[in-house]
Amino acid sequence: MKYIDEFQDPELARRLLDDIHATVTRPWALMEVCGGQTHSIIRHGLDQLLPEQVELIHGPGCPVCVTPLEVIDKALEIASRPGVIFCSFGDMLRVPGTGRDLFQVRGEGGDVRVVYSPLDALLIAQRNPDREVVFFGIGFETTAPPNAMTVHQARRLGIGNFSMLVSHVRVPPAIEAIMSSPSCRVQGFLAAGHVCSVMGVEEYPELAERFRVPIVVTGFEPLDILEGVRRAVRQLERGEHTVDNAYARAVRPEGNPAARAMLEDVFEVTDRAWRGIGVIPDSGWRLSPKYRDHDAEHRFAVDGIRTAEPAECRSGEVLQGLLKPHECEAFGTLCTPRTPLGATMVSSEGACAAYYLYRRLDLPATTTVREASPVV
Amino acid sequence: MCLAVPGRVLDIEERDGTRMATVDFGGVVKEVCLEYLPDLQVGEYAIVHVGFALQRLDEESARQTLELFAELGMLQEEFGDPWEMAAKEAGTDPLEEVRNP
Repeated sequence: MKYIDEFQDPELARRLLDDIHATVTRPWALMEVCGGQTHSIIRHGLDQLLPEQVELIHGPGCPVCVTPLEVIDKALEIASRPGVIFCSFGDMLRVPGTGRDLFQVRGEGGDVRVVYSPLDALLIAQRNPDREVVFFGIGFETTAPPNAMTVHQARRLGIGNFSMLVSHVRVPPAIEAIMSSPSCRVQGFLAAGHVCSVMGVEEYPELAERFRVPIVVTGFEPLDILEGVRRAVRQLERGEHTVDNAYARAVRPEGNPAARAMLEDVFEVTDRAWRGIGVIPDSGWRLSPKYRDHDAEHRFAVDGIRTAEPAECRSGEVLQGLLKPHECEAFGTLCTPRTPLGATMVSSEGACAAYYLYRRLDLPATTTVREASPVV
Repeated sequence: MCLAVPGRVLDIEERDGTRMATVDFGGVVKEVCLEYLPDLQVGEYAIVHVGFALQRLDEESARQTLELFAELGMLQEEFGDPWEMAAKEAGTDPLEEVRNP
């Protein structure tokens, strides 16, 4: 535990770790769903502080990583059109589409702008009534409510030159898909805290029961993660499988009702492709029919764009917890943050980027790499 | 983008029929929409994601998280210049980039 001194509360960290070490009697594999948690784990070496029997598997919770190549290509196509101002969060700039990214589109003369909030894009639309302003609406349940509110506002204020390219994803169907895979090794989940801040925990008991898997709602500070692991391991050792909220300071059981109501109004559940994984039923949102006027996919007629994922990138296996980043042949050689093959490397929240950034090349490669099988 | 950051409400006003706040994130100040936490008051803390307050947070937790994010450089990642960061990642000299106004 030589790095423990850097924790905000080293004494509490030590106590949590002692408790985990004392509790665990056999091997357990836990999946942290959120990319922020993955970074915290690798950055603080939590996986090395935990007992050897506790394996942390990195889940698919990075919105940038899971956005399908096809959607990136649609974004690039729209952003290249004359008269369009294409607005995006900054972390989408370098996500590779086929042959290029938004950063390059801007270099070629496209009007690509980075916004902090989707409301900034709406403001740009108000100030540029003669231009078409498109916002790239990706993300999980934490990001979807702000984007939903923005579409709602566009409609309320009659801003007709604003549309959104929507590719939102939902966590519970991903958990279901991961657990349904014959290759699945996950025995417990650390659920993404901020997703639950919005959605509450109501979607999880059914999953915990059906797959007999503990689901512990967890924050992403080091102590939060240790506490999440501690509670998950306790349940596993006792043969329990319930939903437990270890992040109560930010998560109410009902989530944020106003945000949930807006999600229901603006979006409808749809099947969604996940980059490297494939289509997961009911795993996404698209604009509901009453907001279709603001759907960029229809407005710019890019529905027909179909792109196959590159075979050499194994990010799909990384996203499903079947492969650790450093086990990929291309990791750190063909594939680096400067020359990413896939989004798990280019996204700052991606598992491959976390391993690259924090130099986890010292880890021994495992002897066998599981064959990837589609989760659905 | 996945990151949600705690911030303290400095000021609240209505704009275009929408409740908006000025929020301080450990020195960086941003406009934040309060439509999802309409009863949030000046001086209170909330978790903010892409310009929207999503859930209340107590002051102590908010402070600890902000300190941690600052230490890890995550505030820079969230609020820094994304073009500069993208150029750096791409290996391009950011000074050669033409900036959008």
